[in-house]
Amino acid sequence: MQEIINIFVRSVFIDNMIFAFFLGMCSYLAVSKTVKTSIGLGIAVVFVQVITVPVNYLLLKYVMKPGALSWLGENFQGVDLSFLSFMVFIATIAAMVQLVEMIVEKFSPALYNSLGIFLPLIAVNCAILGGSLFMEQREYENIGQVLSWGFGSGFGWMLAIVSLAAIREKMKYNQIPPALKGMGITFIVTGLMSIAFMSFLGIKI
Amino acid sequence: MSSNKNSKLLSNPFNLENPVTVQILGICSALAVTVKLKPAIVMGLSVIVVTAFSNLVISWMRNSIPPRIRIIVQLVIVASMVILVDQVLRAFVYDVSKQLSVYVGLIITNCIIMGRLEAFAMGNKPWPSLIDGIGNGIGYAMILIVVAFIRELFGSGTLLGYKIIPQAFFDAGYVNNGMMIMPTMALILVGVIIWIQRSYFKQLNEKE
Repeated sequence: MQEIINIFVRSVFIDNMIFAFFLGMCSYLAVSKTVKTSIGLGIAVVFVQVITVPVNYLLLKYVMKPGALSWLGENFQGVDLSFLSFMVFIATIAAMVQLVEMIVEKFSPALYNSLGIFLPLIAVNCAILGGSLFMEQREYENIGQVLSWGFGSGFGWMLAIVSLAAIREKMKYNQIPPALKGMGITFIVTGLMSIAFMSFLGIKI
Repeated sequence: MSSNKNSKLLSNPFNLENPVTVQILGICSALAVTVKLKPAIVMGLSVIVVTAFSNLVISWMRNSIPPRIRIIVQLVIVASMVILVDQVLRAFVYDVSKQLSVYVGLIITNCIIMGRLEAFAMGNKPWPSLIDGIGNGIGYAMILIVVAFIRELFGSGTLLGYKIIPQAFFDAGYVNNGMMIMPTMALILVGVIIWIQRSYFKQLNEKE
């Protein structure tokens, strides 16, 4: 249990998707103009992440790892399909995103309209694929840890985008050099936020 | 074959339509792999290869892809290209492939590639698509190399692993800038590059 909480805290603050790994930057920079839309996208990312990371973990464990297919019989003992992991991961993600899109369209048309093009783009959000790839690389032991990592990484991403959106809403009233307006200053603000998050680095848990 | 229009396709992404600084695509990997120059160059080359060839293949198939499932078709083609690149990297430059870790796999979701497939390859002939892919790949690699150059030179005092800043400087009290190695500095450097570029080319400034 303690291990699961540790993974959650680590993934939100220390290994934050945006500030430590720069994953999902494209939609992070593009959708962070208002707090409302960014909360919507954040929730969508958390939801997709919580589903896809464990599904990919199970696929990896029971289908793709060397010797994982042994439950099919003796002949499959030596089969190693791990080179296919990119393709399987991305297919799971694309299917899940399609599902989320249909659910949101049915139950919350207002959110659907405000997210617009960015919902299908979650499929190509690096944070989602990155979550699955880090899950593979770090070799988590059981489904509880994987679930905690999936939720934590999505939540960390949401935290980052909502706080950037809040800063950008306030920044509208500031006088910024015309050439730095928009993207330039957003990059620099993100850099400064990431310095703030570096203060969590010292935490040993 | 190499008309004026095609050379424009190749050179536009270098500056006025640069994928990183103007279209703001593919930022994730642009920032994460730029601590050292060598991984940045390898990453740049891999992205050039993947963009060019996935553009070419999609453009060949563009009339037979059903529009409703085009994203999955595109992802599968990009994913197979990336698997090829990943296997080649593991075979020939294993140490760099270890340093790049998950970022090779993340080329699949690099927005530059999806962006070019959607915006260009779906509506143009194979040859211009190939050129457009190469151009955008180079535009991306350029930014990567500039950022990595600055970060490695000031962060570690080396370039491609060779010592550049002479020992005499260190004896005189010069120290490497530890901030440059931190992920933070990549963000700020890209911000500054955008600032410089937009000060020269006023038409890129954002209006509100």
